[in-house]
Amino acid sequence: MEGSAPIPGSEEVPDPSSPLVSDLHRDDLLKIYRALIRARAAEERLEVLFRQGHVSGGLYRSLGQEGASVGAAYALRRRDDATGDVIAHTVRDTGALFLFGGTPGEYFRQYLARETGPTRGKEANVHWTDLRRGFVGPVSPLGTMVGVMSGITLSFKIRGEPRVGMVFYGDGATSTGAWHEGVNFAGAQGCPMIVVVTANGYAFSTPTRKQTRAAGFSAKAQGYGIAGESVDGNDVLAVYQAARRAVDRARDGKGPTILELLTYRRKGHAQHDPQLYVPPEEIRAWEARDPIDLFRGTLLEEGWAREGELRRLEVAADTEMREEAESAVEDPPPAEVGTLSDVYTDLSARPHWTRPIPPGLPSPGGGWRIQGKGHHRG
Amino acid sequence: MRPEHLLKTERGEAVTFLEAIREALWEEMERDETVFLLGEDIGAFGGAFKVTQGFQEAFGTLRVIDTPISEAGFTGAAAGAAHMGLRPVVEMQFMDFIAPALDVITNYLATSLYRGSGPLPVVIRGPVGGGNRGGPFHSQNVEMFFFHTPGIKIVYPSNPYDAKGLLKSAIRDDNPVIFQEHKGLYRAPALREVLPTGDFTVPLGEAKIAREGTDLTVVTYGMMVHRSLDAARILEAEMGVQLEVVDLRTLLPLDERAIFASVRKTGKLLVVHEDTRTGGIAGEIAMRVSEEAFEWLDGPILRVTAVDTPVPYAGTLEDHFLPQVEDIVTAGRYLAEY
Repeated sequence: MEGSAPIPGSEEVPDPSSPLVSDLHRDDLLKIYRALIRARAAEERLEVLFRQGHVSGGLYRSLGQEGASVGAAYALRRRDDATGDVIAHTVRDTGALFLFGGTPGEYFRQYLARETGPTRGKEANVHWTDLRRGFVGPVSPLGTMVGVMSGITLSFKIRGEPRVGMVFYGDGATSTGAWHEGVNFAGAQGCPMIVVVTANGYAFSTPTRKQTRAAGFSAKAQGYGIAGESVDGNDVLAVYQAARRAVDRARDGKGPTILELLTYRRKGHAQHDPQLYVPPEEIRAWEARDPIDLFRGTLLEEGWAREGELRRLEVAADTEMREEAESAVEDPPPAEVGTLSDVYTDLSARPHWTRPIPPGLPSPGGGWRIQGKGHHRG
Repeated sequence: MRPEHLLKTERGEAVTFLEAIREALWEEMERDETVFLLGEDIGAFGGAFKVTQGFQEAFGTLRVIDTPISEAGFTGAAAGAAHMGLRPVVEMQFMDFIAPALDVITNYLATSLYRGSGPLPVVIRGPVGGGNRGGPFHSQNVEMFFFHTPGIKIVYPSNPYDAKGLLKSAIRDDNPVIFQEHKGLYRAPALREVLPTGDFTVPLGEAKIAREGTDLTVVTYGMMVHRSLDAARILEAEMGVQLEVVDLRTLLPLDERAIFASVRKTGKLLVVHEDTRTGGIAGEIAMRVSEEAFEWLDGPILRVTAVDTPVPYAGTLEDHFLPQVEDIVTAGRYLAEY
C-alpha cells in the first residue's frame, strides 16, 4: 500500500486495481457509499409521501442503521440469476434490500399498495420476495425467518452449492422461540448461514435490558455451539469485515455465525411512534455517530474519494428517489377482484356468498338485500 | 433393490394402512429426487411408528433428516427448502405436536403464494386420533386448527388405497398439505388390502361413496368411516334403512358437490366425526347444506362427534368421550323416523 495512497485533499485518487481496505477496491467503497445514501434517500422520500397521505399503513425507517445493513450485505455474493447468496431482510434493511437489487420503484409501490408493485398490494412495505435476485421477504411474526433460512441453506448443502444465506433480525426477535429453534437447527445441521442480530437498542419501546439478561447476542452463540462475533454496527467497514469472516466460515462448511451489529435506531418503531420513551440526549449522542457521516469522513480523510464525486452521488440518489416516487404515485391501486387470486396454485377462493335458488323450485316472492356482503336474488 | 418390507405390493401381498403410507413415501422419493423427509427419530430409528424404517439407509442422511425437537424450527426449514424447489415431507411424531408449528404453518406456509413469495409444496404428515388410551396429547384430531386458514389443504384418508394415492397426490401438490393418518388404522388387520402395482394417485378434493344408500346420508372421514359402515349394517338389518356413507377423504377443499348430491338423493344428513363437537367440521358442512341444498332436506341436520373435553386417558373415560357405533345408530334411527 505504501506509495499508492494519494495525498488527502488532492485531486488524485488511488489506483483502482489495488484494494484499499480488506479486499475492497475504490470501486467497492463508492458502491458502499452509494448503497448507504440510496437507502437513506429512499426513506426520506417515503416520509414525504407519508405526509402527503399516499402511504397505506405503517412507515418503518432504518435511520442510523444503514451501515449495519449495507456492510453485512456487501460481504455476500449478489447475483440476479438464482445462483447467488440469499438474504432474509427486515424493514430495517432497506440498504441490504437495495444492494440485492430491490428497486426503489418496487419499494415505493409496496408502501403505496399499488397494483404494479411486486405483491400487487397483497403485502406491505419490504415484505416481498425474489429468489432470482436472492431475497426472501419477511412475515411479521418474529423469528420465523431463521428457520426458513436454515431450510434455504440446507438446500445448498443438499445440492452441494457454494451459496450462503444471511438472515437479519433485531434484538427483540432473539427472544422468540422461533428464533431459538431456527438458530439451534442451523447449528445442529451445520447450515451455511449468518444470523445477524442488528442490536439497535430497542424493540418497539422495549429497551434491550428488558429483552434479555444475556451479556450480548453474540454471547448466545456459545450456547448453540456456533461462532459469534460482535462489531460496531455504525462502522460500515468493520461490519463488512466481520460479515466476510462469517460468510467465509459458512462457505468453507464451518457452519453458522451469530453476527451482532451494535447500532442504534434513531427514529421510533414506526412513523406513528414518537419515541417518547427515549431520552433525547441518547438520540443526540448517536447522531454524532451517524454511519453515513462517519464513512463519508473516512473516505475523504483517507483520500479514497473526492468531495465532488460524493456530492454527485448524493444528488443522483435524491433525484432518483424523487422521480421513482412520483412515478409510483401515478400507478393505480389493485382492483377488487385481485382479493381472490393466488390463495392456492390450482383452486379459486370463494367469492362472497350468495344464495342460489335451486332450479325447478318456486322462487320466494320479492327480494331482499343485505348491505355489503351476501344478497338474496328474488 | 428395495428392502423386504417394501416389496409387498409388488408381490401381490396385502398391506396395512401404515405400509401403504410407507410405500407412497418410498415411491415418491424414488421418483422425484427433490422429495426429502424431516422429523424426529425418522432416520436412524425409522420413526416412532416405523413408517420410515429403512429409508435413511437407502436415501442417505441428506434426504432423511433427524431433527432436533423443534416443530416450529424444522417446519420453517421445510418452508425454506420448498422456496428453493425441494419438496419436503415433514413428519410430526404425533400430530398433537403440530401446535408449536401453528405460526409458521398459518402465517408463513399458507400465505406465501398469496404474498407473492411463491408456492410452498410442503407436506406435513403424522398420526392422529384416539381410542388407544394415549391421553390428551397423543390422541387429538387437529384438522380444525387449520381448516379456517386459506391456502392450506387438509387430507384424511380412511383406508390403505386412499392413503397411498392421496399421499402421492399430496406430495405432488404445489400447495402446503396437512396429511392426517389415524393411528388406530395403521395396523388394523381388517383394513389390510392388496393394492394395485404401479403408480396410482387419488385426487385431492374428491369424496368417495363408501356405501351407496337411499334413505340417509352420513358424511364422515377417517376412523369414523368404519364406525359409520358398522352402523349402516345394523340399521339395515334392524329397520331396512339404507345409509349412504360419504367418505370425504379431503377436508379442505371440501367436496361439497358430493355432499349436496347425496343430500338431494336422501333428504337426510348426519355428519359423523371423531373431532370434538364445537368447531368441528360438521358445523361448516351443515351451514353449506343450508346455504345450497336446504330445499331438499326432509329433516334436521344432525351430528355425532366427540364431547367437548380434552381427550381423557382412562378407557372408560375415553370410550365415553369418543363417538361409538351405538351413537351413530341412535342418530340414524331418529333421522330415519323423522
